[in-house]
Amino acid sequence: MSDGEPVKSIVTPTHLVYEYTATGAHAEFLHQIGQGRLVGQRCSECGKVYCPPSGACARCGVATSQWVDVADRGTVTTFCIVRVPSENIEQKLPYCAANILLDGSDLVFIALLQECEVADVRIGMRVEAVWRPRSEWSPTFENIRYFRPSGEPDVPIERLGAWV
Amino acid sequence: MSSSPPVYSAQHVVAYDYRRSVGPVLGRFFTELRERRIVGNRTAAGRVLCPPMEHDPETSAATAPGFVEVGPGGAVTTWSWVARPRAKHPLAKPFAWALIRLDGADSALLHAVDAGSESRMRTGMRVRPRWRTETRGEIGDIECFEPEASA
Repeated sequence: MSDGEPVKSIVTPTHLVYEYTATGAHAEFLHQIGQGRLVGQRCSECGKVYCPPSGACARCGVATSQWVDVADRGTVTTFCIVRVPSENIEQKLPYCAANILLDGSDLVFIALLQECEVADVRIGMRVEAVWRPRSEWSPTFENIRYFRPSGEPDVPIERLGAWV
Repeated sequence: MSSSPPVYSAQHVVAYDYRRSVGPVLGRFFTELRERRIVGNRTAAGRVLCPPMEHDPETSAATAPGFVEVGPGGAVTTWSWVARPRAKHPLAKPFAWALIRLDGADSALLHAVDAGSESRMRTGMRVRPRWRTETRGEIGDIECFEPEASA
């Protein structure tokens, strides 16, 4: 087969299948989120709360064991509006992926932000989790379908400190 | 918190089809593969590199313009037997990964050798490419190499 055109690019597939088994803090986090609760761990040295927890404080290098509840609402610290399609993403374009700082946690994580125009998303915006129906819950972060604006007043950018 | 949560286990897949620009030198190599020809190129000192490169790996100097046809036969310079192929390996049965110095080349090409069994593999053994029925301008246009003796 020849179409005469010189080859300008090739596809190099990267593909890794692995079995992940949660242990320690991850297992407990998954167990709790499977029952509709968000939990984190507080560092005994610096007091920071990690959600999801890894079982250790990356800053202090100490093991963490104190569990705390974390709210399912928080504040947008930064965000990205995605306009480029990707094979494994089902969202309609454009959509917003936001870094969210949950109330009671000191670790941001990335989540889908829906139920608002992408042009209205802003740093400091208050958001809340939209959970799947209880009957569909399983030990996965996917129990939270996405976050949406909660309607609370924005957090002033100065109060987001190191997060922005 | 719960004294002992259940064991949670799940299959994860990390996969990304990365499209990479190949440039004029490897671009020509892949274009020739589509025509079932294998080409290399020359360093300033006259060594023939296959696969061809934009720069001489020994001196970092640009390679000479132009290409030379090599192979299609060659000799295995080193190899490693894969007794249990994985899902994404080029062959579903046991095979060897081998560096193959094609006739007319001074460097070696990495590819799979379908030797049937490990006992048939030898450093220095002669191999030749087994082409796919349909070529697309990629390294997989050569399905694998096979011992010349079995031809």
